[in-house]
Amino acid sequence: MSDIQVTITDRAGKTHKVSAPTDMNMNLMELLRSYELAPEGTIGICGGMAMCASCQVYIISSHEMEAKSDEEEAMLSEAFYVKDNSRLSCQIPLEDSLDELVVELAPES
Amino acid sequence: MIKTDILIIGAGPTGLFAVFEAGLLQLKCHIIDALPQPGGQCAEIYPKKPIYDIPGFPEILAGDLVDNLMQQIAPFQPGFTLGEQATTIDQQEDGTFVVTTNKGTKHQAPVVAIAGGLGSFEPRKPLLDNLAIYEDKGVEYMIKDPEKYRNKRVLLAGGGDSALDWTVFLANVAEEVTLVHRRNEFRGALDSVEKVQELKNQGKVRLITPAEITAIGGKDQLEWASVRREGAKGEVEEFKLDIDHFIPLFGLSPKLGPIANWGLEIEKNAIKVDNTLDYQTNLPGIYAIGDVNTYPGKLKLILCGFHEATLMCQSAYRRIHPNKRYVLKYTTVGGIQGFDGSKKEAPKAVVKAIV
Repeated sequence: MSDIQVTITDRAGKTHKVSAPTDMNMNLMELLRSYELAPEGTIGICGGMAMCASCQVYIISSHEMEAKSDEEEAMLSEAFYVKDNSRLSCQIPLEDSLDELVVELAPES
Repeated sequence: MIKTDILIIGAGPTGLFAVFEAGLLQLKCHIIDALPQPGGQCAEIYPKKPIYDIPGFPEILAGDLVDNLMQQIAPFQPGFTLGEQATTIDQQEDGTFVVTTNKGTKHQAPVVAIAGGLGSFEPRKPLLDNLAIYEDKGVEYMIKDPEKYRNKRVLLAGGGDSALDWTVFLANVAEEVTLVHRRNEFRGALDSVEKVQELKNQGKVRLITPAEITAIGGKDQLEWASVRREGAKGEVEEFKLDIDHFIPLFGLSPKLGPIANWGLEIEKNAIKVDNTLDYQTNLPGIYAIGDVNTYPGKLKLILCGFHEATLMCQSAYRRIHPNKRYVLKYTTVGGIQGFDGSKKEAPKAVVKAIV
């Protein structure tokens, strides 16, 4: 499979169903940026190094996710609006197993 | 009033390299940056991260790139106004611009180059209702003068290097230091974590984890903070701390800031430039280079910022010296002539005649 479907609720509450390639070494943050689902400069500010939490999302579907790295855990411990299902989208590689993933963008902080 | 040829706003890689290119044209530069040190994001967010797409450097740490750029521009003696944010710009009758910072420092130049990256970095503020009321009345987001905290009761919040480092530093200055962090684990240099642990064991700092500040208050000045701590079995404890200062250290977030009100055309949180000829904005004499600008085909890469800085300087030269002709010279031929009297040039070839 080269494309998966991801449902994303943006910060205005609008839901988008988008196709995401799994053969381009992309992560979820890059997908959010490529579809311009948040204004430039408000998402993925650190470029995807788990250093800013601007790309925080809530995982709504029940997909099995890879465990958070120490860096991601640490950044989420400093971020705002954090919930139990919070993840940094820059740390989620787009893989076939994430087909039909449903996420919601956390508020900008 | 600080006077210069090109006033650069932003001391990231693009702004720094612009000093070099301007120097080749014998133009003096002065740089304003909201951060206390040059380097922009490279120095502030990821100094220890390797970059792989700088031409000629298969791999270079972001911090080392900044150090190299500082070394490269040293002969051109740029001026720096650091730790201040450019807030207003006014065009004078003679066409020059006066840029004033939030601290009132005034700068005048015929050309302004905005190299502000993602904008100026502003502290990320905790979500507390009445936070703004106590700003500069006990709530501070940066420590500028540690002496301010001598013999005071200081509450810090955060789990990164800044929170750890200032906890260690203030332990010997303040009367009482409390550090609150949402988790039991800290993200910081091992050495700093160990020092905080040691100070805690010695009773010199109070560590409250996993916990959050839920409210702050006081009459005219900050007097107390409410802390919510979760116990190992999920039980919640809420209590008040008497404090004089609250310093939340949750990192920095980039905002375009006052530049957004300068009458420049803005598109997608970036400054629109009319063309890729010289990266001039809709206001003649004001240029935007690097990540802060946008135009069709824009790529936010350091190497693109270097290119834009080079073309901007050529255009700035023509604006400053409309009657002088300039021919592009290669540094391999012309070398560089520093404002400090230094001169670097290729050694002359030794020619030996055969007789």
